[in-house]
Formats: sequence, structure tokens, C-alpha cells
Amino acid sequence: MIEIDIRHRVGALEMRVAFRSEGPVTALFGASGAGKTTLLNLIAGLATPDSGRIAVVGETLVDREKNINLPSRKRRIGYVFQDARLFPHLTVRQNLLFGRWLARLPLADAEVERILALLDLAPLLKRRPAHLSGGEKQRVALGRALLASPRLLLMDEPLASLDGDRKDDILTHLEAVRDTIGIPIIYVSHARDEVERLASHIAMIGKGELTAFGHVNDVLRKSSGQEH
Amino acid sequence: MFAALSPEEWAALQLSLKVALVATVASLPAGIAVALLLARGRFWGRSALDALVHLPLILPPVVTGYLLLLAFGRKGPIGAWLEATFGIVFSFRWTGAALAAAVMGFPLMVRAIRLSIEAVDRRLEQAADTLGAGPVLTFLLVSLPLALPGILAGMVLAFAKAMGEFGATITFVANIPGETQTLPTAIYTFTQAPGGDAAAMRLVLISVAVSVAALVLSEWLARGLTRRMDGR
Repeated sequence: MIEIDIRHRVGALEMRVAFRSEGPVTALFGASGAGKTTLLNLIAGLATPDSGRIAVVGETLVDREKNINLPSRKRRIGYVFQDARLFPHLTVRQNLLFGRWLARLPLADAEVERILALLDLAPLLKRRPAHLSGGEKQRVALGRALLASPRLLLMDEPLASLDGDRKDDILTHLEAVRDTIGIPIIYVSHARDEVERLASHIAMIGKGELTAFGHVNDVLRKSSGQEH
Repeated sequence: MFAALSPEEWAALQLSLKVALVATVASLPAGIAVALLLARGRFWGRSALDALVHLPLILPPVVTGYLLLLAFGRKGPIGAWLEATFGIVFSFRWTGAALAAAVMGFPLMVRAIRLSIEAVDRRLEQAADTLGAGPVLTFLLVSLPLALPGILAGMVLAFAKAMGEFGATITFVANIPGETQTLPTAIYTFTQAPGGDAAAMRLVLISVAVSVAALVLSEWLARGLTRRMDGR
């Protein structure tokens, strides 16, 4: 379960977002510049909200009133960035095991094998990020986040830089992750088809404000005709 | 060519290499730390630190040498303390030549490393942070390796500067054959003596060869590093 109730100001954008989602996949849906990535950064601890609190699966990550603010490295949140952000000086294998090694988890066990197989990563292990396609990079970034054993997975438009076929390939992998690995996911997108395919819940965000929240079908049905 | 060197010339070459290597390696940790402070730090006195680091670059080398003599000489406040506490003596020793070379090369080293740290993609550091690396591990595992080509460049610049240092060295530790006579001061000595031209020319050629070799080596290393990261 994810509980968010924050206020935050970035530049000219005044953010005010509160929702509580039980869904396996919650989509943050809205136009560019609405504050979706900022919200992810607040959850990951890369930024601190001006006020309010964020809790994930019962643990409070940040609560300004109670002076709680876990540093990013202690939040155990997997973050798949829009631009993958693989470490260019490390091999794919080293990238994948980076967070797992830091978390002192076993580097060669059934869990590692399972995630490598799930994302078809075995053929890539010896390469360096510079030798990967856009889709391969995103698969490695997803694997890297999952192998650190996070309690929540954040994905910031992981398909934005990919073309049609590659998108479909990653979407298939994302569905596999959703269906086999039991951690909640927050998925940022402004593409309706992706959200319909992946998400159970949806939080519509416009100009920093939550405009609608609920089950994906209910919200999208109500909003059709108004947006997109 | 080496066979033709007199013992004095040979000693100058060996001493220069030792002084330049020690100066470069010993100042590297401080160089990285100061470069990091200047690249990332937001603190009171940052501009003052920046100016202090650059001072040897703009002061006449003789002035730097004299200031080193005042501070690190046996009667200088730091020099006296170091001798009393650790038994380290700088004045008129090869260690003093290394100190002078390190101080003179420091601005060049810091500048190169600072630029490479500033060029490190902060978004990669954020990614490391979300994967559980704190600031120290992020620096050691991500920022430092990414800045390696610049660190290498800084080391080569400092080494080359150390090989060529003259003014501060001769002022601080004089020109004692076998103890503080480096290639440049030896060349100077030969040019001042009648019939020293051949010896001076031999040392000049060696200086050129050492400097070019250092440059080629660093280019080769840097290209290897960059190729790995860019996939070229």
C-alpha cells in the first residue's frame, strides 16, 4: 500500500497531491510538466516535500511534521529512470548487481536467476551499456532495480524513448514483472494505452494537483472525451 | 645515449624522475580532495581556497620557493615542527625538491581533476543513491571512476610540471649535485660552465623524451578508458 499526502513547490509549480493506493500497479497519468517525475523523486528521496508524508507498505519514508526523512539509500525503492542511467564504466552484470551487492544480498542465487530469465538478460551480461540498444538498456535498468530487492518500484516513462516494436517488447516484460514479482509499482506515463494495459489504479495529475483517482477503468471511462 | 651520461648527469635524471613521481603521487589524494571541494562544495571561503590553490601558478616561482623556505625551512614554523615531531627535513634535501614540485604542479592537477568531476553526470549519482550507495560509496564507485581520465590528465600535467620545475626548487633546496640537482638545474649549471654545451644538450634531449613519453602514456591510458565507456 502506498500513502501519499504532500505539498511541494518546484519553480512555478505548486504541487498538492494526496491519495492512497492498494493496487499492484498505480499509474501517475498526466501531461508533461504536471509534476509526475517530481512526485517520483519525492517518493525516492531525491527531493524532500515542503510538507506532508509518504508511506509505503506501512513504513513512513518521510513525514515533515514528525521530522522523519529517510535518506534515499535507506528507502529500498527501485527507480527505473526514463533515461536508464546505467553506469557506463561497468558491465551489464556489474550494473545489475550494483544495488544487490550494496544490500549484501547473495549475488548468485535462484532470485538472481529468476530475474535474469524474466527479463532475458543472460545474453547481455558481459556487454557495456554503450553496446546496448534503448530497449536493452531499459531491461537492464529494470533488472538492476529489481535485484536490489526493493519494496516499491518506480518507473518514469520507461518506454518514452523507444519505438513501437521495442515498446511492445518491454511492455510484455513489464507485465511479467507485475504478475510474478509481488512488489507494488508506480508507473508514470502520459500514454493511455500503456496505462490501460499495465495499471490497476490511476492517479490523474494536472498542473501539480490530483484531478482524479481510482480503478483504472472507472477513471479512464469518466475522463474519456475530456482528455486525449 | 644513456651510456654516454656522466655520473652527475645520470644522478640528475634519476633524481628528477624520483622527485616528479613522489610529488605527483603524494599530492594526488590532496588534489582529488581539493578538486572535489571546489567542484561540489558550497562553503564559506571557497573562493579563498580557489585563489590559494592557484597562487603558485601566478606567483613568480622564486617567490613560491622563498615562501616554502620560510615556512618549511629548518627554522620555519612548519619545518621546525615537522623535524621535531616526525624527523622530516625538507630544506636542501630531495624531499624539499619534491615538495616544491608538488606545490608548483598542484594548481594544474586540481584544475584537471575538478573539470572532470564537474563533468560527471549527477543523474548517475542519483541512480547510485537509490540503489543504496551513500555519498562516500557513490563517489568511490561511480564519480571517481568516471572522472578517471581527468585524474590521469591531472597527474601527467603535475608530473610534467615537476620534471620542469626550476625557480622554486633552486630557491628552496638549491642545486646540490646528487641531492637536489634535478634535470633543469643541472642543465642550467652546464650552460653556465665553459664546455658544458654537450652535456646540457644531452640532458635537454632526455627531458624532451621523458615529457613526451609521459604524454603518450597518458593519452594511451585515457583513450582506453574512454573507449570502454563510449563503446567506440
